[in-house]
Amino acid sequence: MLAHLPILQVILPLMAAPSCLLIRKATLVWLFTLAVSIAALVVSVLLLQQVYATGPITYELGGWKAPWGIEYRIDLLNAWVLFIVTALSSVVLSAAHTSVQKELEPTKQTVFYALYLLCFAGLLGIVATGDAFNVFVFLEISSLSTYALIALGKDRRALWAAFQYLIMGTIGATFILIGIGFLYMMTGTLNMADLAARIPPLSESTTVLAAFAFIFVGICLKLALFPLHLWLPNAYSCAPSIVTAFLAATATKVALYLLLRFTFTVFGVDFSLSHLPLDTLLIGLGLVGVFAASIVAIYQANIKRMLAFSSVAQIGYMVVGIGIGTATALQATLLHLFNHALMKGGLFLALAGLVYQLGGCRIEHFRGLGRTMPWTMAAIVVGGISLIGMPLTVGFVSKWYLIAAAIEQQFWGVAVLVILGSLLAVAYIWKLVEAAYFQAPEINDGATAKREAPLGILLPAWLLIAANIYFGIDTRLPVEVSAAASQFLLGGGAQ
Amino acid sequence: MNTSNLLQLTLLIPVLALVGIQLTARWENVREAISLIAASTLFFTVTQLYQPMLDGQVIAAYWLDVLPGLALSFRVEPLGLMFALVASFLWIITTLYAIGYMRGHGEKNQARFFSLFAVSIGAVMGIAFAENLFTLFIFYEVLTLCTYPLVTHAGTDKARAGGRVYLGILLGTSVGFFLLAIIATWLLAGTLSFTEGGVFSPGTSLTLLSVLLVLFVFGVGKAAIMPFHRWLPAAMVAPTPVSALLHAVAVVKAGVFVLLKICLLIFGIDTLKTIPATEWLLYLAGVSILLASIIALRQQNLKKRLAYSTVSQLGYITLGALLATSAGMTGSALHIVMHAFGKITLFFCAGAILVAAHKTEVHQLRGLGRQMPVTMTAFLVASLCIIGIPPTGGTWSKWYLMLGTFEAQQWILMGLLMISSLLSIAYLLPIPLRAFFSRGDQDVEVTGAPDAAATSAIKEAPLPSLIALGITAAGCIYLLLFPDAFYQLIKAGI
Repeated sequence: MLAHLPILQVILPLMAAPSCLLIRKATLVWLFTLAVSIAALVVSVLLLQQVYATGPITYELGGWKAPWGIEYRIDLLNAWVLFIVTALSSVVLSAAHTSVQKELEPTKQTVFYALYLLCFAGLLGIVATGDAFNVFVFLEISSLSTYALIALGKDRRALWAAFQYLIMGTIGATFILIGIGFLYMMTGTLNMADLAARIPPLSESTTVLAAFAFIFVGICLKLALFPLHLWLPNAYSCAPSIVTAFLAATATKVALYLLLRFTFTVFGVDFSLSHLPLDTLLIGLGLVGVFAASIVAIYQANIKRMLAFSSVAQIGYMVVGIGIGTATALQATLLHLFNHALMKGGLFLALAGLVYQLGGCRIEHFRGLGRTMPWTMAAIVVGGISLIGMPLTVGFVSKWYLIAAAIEQQFWGVAVLVILGSLLAVAYIWKLVEAAYFQAPEINDGATAKREAPLGILLPAWLLIAANIYFGIDTRLPVEVSAAASQFLLGGGAQ
Repeated sequence: MNTSNLLQLTLLIPVLALVGIQLTARWENVREAISLIAASTLFFTVTQLYQPMLDGQVIAAYWLDVLPGLALSFRVEPLGLMFALVASFLWIITTLYAIGYMRGHGEKNQARFFSLFAVSIGAVMGIAFAENLFTLFIFYEVLTLCTYPLVTHAGTDKARAGGRVYLGILLGTSVGFFLLAIIATWLLAGTLSFTEGGVFSPGTSLTLLSVLLVLFVFGVGKAAIMPFHRWLPAAMVAPTPVSALLHAVAVVKAGVFVLLKICLLIFGIDTLKTIPATEWLLYLAGVSILLASIIALRQQNLKKRLAYSTVSQLGYITLGALLATSAGMTGSALHIVMHAFGKITLFFCAGAILVAAHKTEVHQLRGLGRQMPVTMTAFLVASLCIIGIPPTGGTWSKWYLMLGTFEAQQWILMGLLMISSLLSIAYLLPIPLRAFFSRGDQDVEVTGAPDAAATSAIKEAPLPSLIALGITAAGCIYLLLFPDAFYQLIKAGI
């Protein structure tokens, strides 16, 4: 049983997805989905423990030997990402029932959970597999289900947002496919470990360079790295609240994982960071992304959209970490991967509660919220403080490492810009605080009465917000795992 | 109880007070009794640390490593104890005062007010007893965030605007400069613990140290060095007890205390002398002192005038720390105490005048000495303390600061201090003197007849407030005669 964990991780939700359609009753489907997600979480915890104790695990699908068959390969990096994805998915799902019941028509609810599980399985597959073509397959599974999930949004604009994402996502996936095709042409293999061994002698080849370029741009599209981020704000703001929380906490993390996997493991540090000027490019784009997206975020009236832009900015920080490329910097990126999932997961869930009660989350809805929905608002404030990066929250931890990494490399300018960027977060978070605590509630239906979000949403939101504080104080788990994973990325590669 | 537990108790009491106040929010007498008991217990606990400290005991507490090598830990050292003593003592008095003020003024959300007050004092204790810069930074930020709702207590547009400036500058400087400097120090020196003689190895590049010093001085925005002083006048929208304890004692003193500690225990006196930037920063502090005094002269709003006076006096403390002589540092440390007593009294008086007479502008105060003799006498005494002339404790700190400039042979700065003292006479003394010696006639002319009737009906502020400002004013005089308790601490610390 334990030997089959890597495949169980993926196959469980994949098989569960069509089963949803057999159950049909919304509440039961939800419970089923939640059970599957929690089972996946248990599997990922076991995997993480095993990898941490004994090193990478390989699993050969159907018993075919590695370079020919599909190989699943779990090392510390993807075990960590698997854990993040399954954990966040479980918390978000626990809030799903309440929110979905309100936001979706009854007929669509079963389909919603089926799509959710498909997307979940796709994301886990991307992370678990050690085969480049398999990555593409799972990428398509997760993307196609994501388009449908976004289109479920009750606003008609959701259709447009989904279509936009469909176009951009397909371009991205096609680029990745072309890149993988080139690599196959040059090396005759699709196995990542095998690729890593065969690429270095070919590093002068234009085809390999082209392959790298295609894969890099393709991933950056999925990652929504500035300036390829245009699909993200629309997709996040129009999708059902639960989908937004799920995507914000997991999908971009998986794309970032892919970027790390391809640049560090498949192509190798020498090729990506030394041979190509990728470091300058990533730092530059990351920083521009931080500023551009944060400034745009300040002027958003739709708060989901505001936080979506904030996500683009946060992706910028993670990419800067990759660009600096030292062990500390990668650790900062890996920490922020986890921390940002906690922040945005908590914030978007709190927003889900807001949408549940008020039917929207524009800045007007925030007026007087400090009085009418004190717990929801408190969650948003704490999450916001973590986003800003105040001490004793997770945001501080990742920022500390990122700044330290920049100063270690004498990149003083980068350090200063990272700090200035985080001050921009103060501006957009405080807009919410001022609206919530200084303005009177809108007068509609005796709005001064308390109408807190239902516990079904509030508790999961607070669970994530509490995790923001807990892991900001007791940082051992994320710091140790990310330190080991970044050492592994720089030192071991795929061997 | 062992001393380490006592130390942790100082951090725990404010938290307990917060819980207690929240639970008893409905019954205001019980609630306020809890505030008073918590404040007194805290002060008592801090005093219990005094003797063991002087006996040379190491009083420390370690909580946990937040990041590898960066611990949340505490250690009592003399200057921190001095700061904690002042802050916790004045918390008792301010609570007493606030009870009178908040009820007299009919303020809303009093439970929230008193609970946040307690948390702020807890943060101050954390700052005072922090063993390293990391712990200190955490509590520094906590203090900023939990005083924000106090500053914006009124909830009006004006309060919101003030709160924006407050938060913008304090967060901006602390995250923008202070944090950067801390991380750089950590990477450069390998430690953030406060160490006697500084943490930097002798070979460290002076240019780098200069940059760090500048980052620290600007980064500790709570020290209100120009051009990052605007938050202090902006914070005057807060209820007066907040201005009194937080923006004359706790927050601003936390700022200069942190600077003093950084100069003394991160850089060390000897290193500080060799850093080229010190000279420039000294002059910056000098300019800050002078400009703030001049601006104070032109302020008509009483609280604003006091705020600018604070900016100027904080400049004295920063300047003393940067002088890098033992007399300068002593003067600095003493001025933390003396200015605390003087300025808190002045704010108490301003609040008493607001509650009793509903006056906020300086020109309205003529002749008020007849209706509010106690308040105005206290105002006079406190003004003398700020200016630094007998019979008040302010004399000592100004004396040592002068001595410090003399030792460092900074003649220009010495002149600057003298001019600024004259200016402080000009912006403070006329207020009590006119209150006693000029008639209130002009006031009647300006505001019209109905007010004249009101003027004659003015009485002293509520009794708790009056007692409070009496105690702090007496404290100013007491400190002239018996500064020894604090002097011993400072001598042990420097």
